[in-house]
Amino acid sequence: MLRYFLGRLLTFVPTFLGVTLISFAFIRVLPGDPIIVMAGERGLTEERYQELSRQFGFDQPLLVQFWDYFTGVLQGDLGQSYVTKKPVFDEFFTLFPATLELSLCAIVLAMLLGLPAGVVAAVYRGKFFDRALMSTALVGYSMPIFWWALLLIIVFSGNLGWTPVSGRIDLLYYFDDVTGFMLIDSLLSGQSGAFLSAVRHLILPTIVLATIPLAVIARQTRSAMLEVLSEDYIRTARAKGLSPSRINGLHALRNAMIPVITVIGLSVGTLLAGAILTETIFSWPGIGKWMVDSIFRRDYPVVQGGLLMIALMVMIVNLTVDLLYSLINPKIRHR
Amino acid sequence: MSLKTYLAIGGLIAAVSAGTAGAQTLVYCSEGSPEGFDPALYTSGTTFDASSQSIYNRLVEFETGTTKVIPGLAESWDVSEDGLEYTFHLRSGVKFHSSDSFTPTRDFNADDVIFSFERQRLEDNPFHMASGGTWEYFQGMSMPDLISSIEKVDDMTVKFVLTRPEAPFVANMAMDFASILSAEYADQLEADGAMEMLNQAPIGTGPFTFVAYQKDAVIRYAKNADYWKEGLPKVDNLVFAITPDASVRYQKLSAGECHVMPYPNPADVTAMQDDDNINVLEQEGLNVGYLAYNTTIAPYDNPKVRKALNMAIDKQAIIDVVFQGSGQIAKNPIPPTMWSYNDAVEDDAYDPEAAKAMLEEEGVTDLDMKIWAMPVQRPYNPNARRMAELMQEDFSKVGVNVEIVSYEWGEYLSRSRALDRDGAILMGWTGDNGDPDNFLAVLLGCDGVENSNRAQWCYQPFEDLIQEAKVTTDTDKRTELYEQAQVVFKEQAPWATIAHSVVYMPVRPEVEGFKVHPLGSHIFTEVSLAE
Repeated sequence: MLRYFLGRLLTFVPTFLGVTLISFAFIRVLPGDPIIVMAGERGLTEERYQELSRQFGFDQPLLVQFWDYFTGVLQGDLGQSYVTKKPVFDEFFTLFPATLELSLCAIVLAMLLGLPAGVVAAVYRGKFFDRALMSTALVGYSMPIFWWALLLIIVFSGNLGWTPVSGRIDLLYYFDDVTGFMLIDSLLSGQSGAFLSAVRHLILPTIVLATIPLAVIARQTRSAMLEVLSEDYIRTARAKGLSPSRINGLHALRNAMIPVITVIGLSVGTLLAGAILTETIFSWPGIGKWMVDSIFRRDYPVVQGGLLMIALMVMIVNLTVDLLYSLINPKIRHR
Repeated sequence: MSLKTYLAIGGLIAAVSAGTAGAQTLVYCSEGSPEGFDPALYTSGTTFDASSQSIYNRLVEFETGTTKVIPGLAESWDVSEDGLEYTFHLRSGVKFHSSDSFTPTRDFNADDVIFSFERQRLEDNPFHMASGGTWEYFQGMSMPDLISSIEKVDDMTVKFVLTRPEAPFVANMAMDFASILSAEYADQLEADGAMEMLNQAPIGTGPFTFVAYQKDAVIRYAKNADYWKEGLPKVDNLVFAITPDASVRYQKLSAGECHVMPYPNPADVTAMQDDDNINVLEQEGLNVGYLAYNTTIAPYDNPKVRKALNMAIDKQAIIDVVFQGSGQIAKNPIPPTMWSYNDAVEDDAYDPEAAKAMLEEEGVTDLDMKIWAMPVQRPYNPNARRMAELMQEDFSKVGVNVEIVSYEWGEYLSRSRALDRDGAILMGWTGDNGDPDNFLAVLLGCDGVENSNRAQWCYQPFEDLIQEAKVTTDTDKRTELYEQAQVVFKEQAPWATIAHSVVYMPVRPEVEGFKVHPLGSHIFTEVSLAE
């Protein structure tokens, strides 16, 4: 097991190198010069342009710029945002907990609803429940997120007044960040009602963000279950007279989990990159909007540093998924 | 957290839980995060609202709701005969804010003024490069060339010596980049090796003190109890709830989660006006959207051709479709709210027949023309692509085939500066200081060619007028010169002037004393909440 883990860990090195290079190259391949964008309609003189180029280090050959960046990264220095002048590393960790908290809530909700829905649909294949569930999943999957989020806000916050419109917690509560996770920090603050307010603020964005993974998980679980349920050993189990719940729950589900975990892992990877639309609509201070703003402003250090950090998080998730495979299926770790 | 912060928060909690009784908290649903809190480093209105307008003051200020320059931290100022020396007499007894890490030991004085400008001007100032040295506005307003020296006459008097007479100088001193910071605070930060905090934990003399900022979430301010303007600010706490999406801001305003919101979707304005829980304030914006021909290439080097093309554009249709009514037709290059606006100028009437005849007279038939459409949304042009399509349609009626081109914003800005740029470009401008020079010289002066003068138009009779106005201190005389300049502009038609936008500001009915500011700032000093 340890060997397997170390083996997987070794593949980190080339991936990390590749991501560093790609994230550096990506933003520079895009047209648009950060200095010109910064000057806007006003424009700037040639001398001033040269001066700023020198300050940002753009007058150096690309290789030198990359080397400076790369050696910085190895020392844990991702550079400073051109705009806010703050270290990229600090900005990332200020915003990332918000993204992580929302992503985890969304993926948990998607699993809690998606797994049972998929199993039930497979067991009652072709019946009304199966059809209704799968059509709903298709609708969920195809829903324009922007529209869906606004619809929920207008109905639940606007008309019914059950949930707050946006933000992470009521403005009434104010405490310093400890972990960056609002659910935990609100409990730690000891202010009465803070935790409940944080939960209420999480409801709509969680539903919106969970919608697509929920649909994908439900459909994936259903098809994986269907495949397993037609296997010989399931027929044998049935012949032995095992109860349907034992067959479906234990024998079938465990074997159907491999493709499902893959899908969950991929969903988590996508969610960690920041849900741009969901974050923008719910004024959720995560990394999705931060990255998009930086791309528009051509804030090179933020784009390349942010991409690198996100890639790192996704790699960690993938590693976890690999480890989970081997827990579920011993054949994988002994291969 | 210090006692002070706790008190501020306590006040905030009391305010919200007790409704409007006792401490008042005003919540503003702002459109984005500030880039930082040092206004001299940035150029965006979002940053200015959060920094210069809330936390800082300037030597002179714009009266809220107008572009009139009134005394700020300077009680008065004199200009020398030759227009080269500006002497500011400072206000005494003005206190800087205190914070967890800084307690001022003295009142505001000349050293603070000198520090605030010298850090932008002098490369050997320790703070010049501390934040990257991008003093965009100071540079953009040509301050490095203009200011020859800044002298401390005595503790309460500062003299700016200029290299040439420049009438808009006083208005420039009211701009956000000219905000006055504390030299004492800067010295302390330098000694502590924490110079970047000048941009992150601001100390000013303004109506509100900075309490806390959580990126992309919220900015909190408390009332500056020692504010030098008697009785102001009126609310005890000010909160910016950062809400990037306009539809969501509308929902928050409806739900009472905030009191004021900027930049509504044009499509929502009618519904807001019908809503009893929302008052929609409005004012004409200090901006202009235009189509600039490249006056250096044929056939656009011929004023008659430009004039004919202008007559082919149905501007009313653009106002209705692109601005959805929230704009007005522009006939001059400066907006009607600006002093010296020449209302006697007649706009080119929409007349495709006459336009076509005029073009034929000039020998222009089957013209292929490019129109550049900006990829970004601006108040002066909410949808450039749509605007270009309407023009394409209009021009096709006079026998001109239009090809619409667009680039990524940075490319667009950079390529459109080229002297040999093909065709006409959609562009616009929002005023900085309420001075006509800020429009006419920047956008149409000879110095702006291959830069901010997108028409590449350098026309001596016009240039002479605006140069004379620049060095004349007498406002009546300047008004006359700018009025003439607008007549010359209209005759020569380097642009098709399209529109000035109307700014809408939805507020809750309990909000009192909020004024829409023509320069685009959102100012809460005089705002209160009704019981």
